Amino acid sequence: MKKIVLIGMPNSGKSSLLNRLTGSSAKVGNWPGLTVSVLSAKLIVGDQMAQLIDLPGIYDLSGFSEDEKVVTTYLNTQKPDLIVFMMNASQADRQTTLLSQVSACGVPVAIVMNMADEAHALGITIKVDALSQKLGLPTCLLSAKYGQGTEQLQKLMREGLKSGPARTLSPAEVEHALKGSVEVPAQASHLLTERIDKVLLHPWLGLPIFLGVMLLLFEGVFSIGKPMQDAMSWFFTNVRTQALEPLFSGLPQLLQGLLLDGLYNGVSTVASFVPLIILFFLFLGVVEDTGYLSRAAYLMDALMSKFGMDGRSFVMLLMGFGCNVPALMGTRVIRSKGLRYLTMLSIPFSLCSARLQVFVLFIAAMFTTEQAPWVLFSLYLVSIAMAMLTSLIFKNKYVNIDAFVLEIPPYRWPTFRQMVLKGWQEVRNFLLRTTRFIMLGVLLIWVLTNFPQGAAAGSSDTWAGQLSHWMAPLFNPLGINEQLTIALVFGFVAKEVVIGALAVIYGHEGQALIDAIVQNIDWISAYSFMLFALIYTPCVSTIATIRSETKSWAFTALSVAWPMCVAWLVSFMFYQTATWVHLHA
Amino acid sequence: MNASYQQPSLLGSVFTLDHFLRGEHGTITAIETDVELRQRLAALGLRAGATFQVLRKAGLGGPIHVRVGTTEVIMRLNEAKRIKAASLLNDLAAP
Repeated sequence: MKKIVLIGMPNSGKSSLLNRLTGSSAKVGNWPGLTVSVLSAKLIVGDQMAQLIDLPGIYDLSGFSEDEKVVTTYLNTQKPDLIVFMMNASQADRQTTLLSQVSACGVPVAIVMNMADEAHALGITIKVDALSQKLGLPTCLLSAKYGQGTEQLQKLMREGLKSGPARTLSPAEVEHALKGSVEVPAQASHLLTERIDKVLLHPWLGLPIFLGVMLLLFEGVFSIGKPMQDAMSWFFTNVRTQALEPLFSGLPQLLQGLLLDGLYNGVSTVASFVPLIILFFLFLGVVEDTGYLSRAAYLMDALMSKFGMDGRSFVMLLMGFGCNVPALMGTRVIRSKGLRYLTMLSIPFSLCSARLQVFVLFIAAMFTTEQAPWVLFSLYLVSIAMAMLTSLIFKNKYVNIDAFVLEIPPYRWPTFRQMVLKGWQEVRNFLLRTTRFIMLGVLLIWVLTNFPQGAAAGSSDTWAGQLSHWMAPLFNPLGINEQLTIALVFGFVAKEVVIGALAVIYGHEGQALIDAIVQNIDWISAYSFMLFALIYTPCVSTIATIRSETKSWAFTALSVAWPMCVAWLVSFMFYQTATWVHLHA
Repeated sequence: MNASYQQPSLLGSVFTLDHFLRGEHGTITAIETDVELRQRLAALGLRAGATFQVLRKAGLGGPIHVRVGTTEVIMRLNEAKRIKAASLLNDLAAP
């Protein structure tokens, strides 16, 4: 099978082209020796099958950035049959060096001048045939986004595959060829973009508008996502009670437990994230494709750079308050590894909606209606403080080595097709790469909370109970009793199950459960428990996502261990101080 | 901020980019960075001889937003300090 690779600068529209040509069949895959996943798809060129591969966007082939290394490694090890060089047609002049480098790879090269629609709008004229002749390379004009010119692309790739390795072109040659065939008017600027930026990047209005947009986005994702998630969980519960439980009722108790509480729970945990991920990437797609995300970097940089991050980290941290999983996946827009890792280490501290459920129950049980909002607010403050503190502490370990130089693309309308494809790709990605890990985690917790055989689920006789008993010296100074420790073990699966776990542990539900909790602990213990639940690992899906995004066990281990230590320290300091004050005041 | 930021820069004088004002045009005279960043800047159109305009500067020492040809770029002042440029004209009154 022929291998065709797409090479071009960031924002040249490579992914749009791949999606345009191959639709939803594009798959994210790993390549030997490459540190990042690349998108690829099969397509028919002429009478043969070819694989189209979208390599990360790069500025220079001789560079040292993560993405540049990926591209050079790929070119050296995989020997593609054709390089399709993607160019932003309205910015041809600054892409000469890269084109010259690409021509020297010893591989046939074809050129696609993309975003023809934008170039046309700017009054730029391009004589494609003249350019093609001067460069000696097949060339075509295209608008990948709107699909204009895709027929020519087929022809281009057919020609390209037939042609021999490209002649090495010097930058001067490329420049000369471009000068003769691309005409840019003296005043070529995106007037609409300028006008919009006057408002959105306004010295005083810019930031409030940005925060407003983020709030809307957040509301959008989670007010639409929550009912979808609820519907999903309603569906899974019903399948369980209506179909699976009767079906398995003949099986031995243990096998039933394994199938329902182990495996089936794992499946439904994975599934519960699907609506959120689709929505998140749909909305993030709007923010990213319109070009607003890089503006966010501009607006928030003065503040975020103090924490070693940038405005894009801020967007992801904020989205983490809804759900950490898509926020972690979203950090992929950050191309600098150090910055991305730092952001990924901070996101799990964002108080997500699952944790919120636990806190609402505890706060309602332990505090008056007047106190409640303030208690919750204090937890949000702790959440933000921990994320920022983590970033401050680790900013020298995960240094953002890439200089902060970002292209600001003109505002663009995202196309619905693009956004849906992206959402779909991300969901599939999540399902493929994290399902196994999440299932394993859920299964492990099930074993811990149900074994040894004969122990009542979640009781102190189980391994989880024994573990809690064994860890009592660690948790007593936090005011967290053994029952609550078992709940924290359950909480590893997902914070949603903590309340269910408490119901099992205390043997009560609803108001009776609240009464049982009130009888057993005081408010200081309850707050200490909430602090711990807030800060330690949010859920097994978060760990699985960090693992699949970084492919590093060491980093995954750190992202579990660090919050655990912080959780212990914060709870300890709070509980000891509060108890002391309580006794002496 | 140091003094030269406060005053409008003089036609033809060479400053580092971080000292350019909003709306000011300039021609890059030298880029004094490591190879890595020089390549990156060149790929974005920022190379010696290129003319640019400062579109805006973020408050509190935030990034500077410039346009070179049809490309718009933001960068931190730290990076802007490494770019030397000659001032051409300012077609916007500085705020």
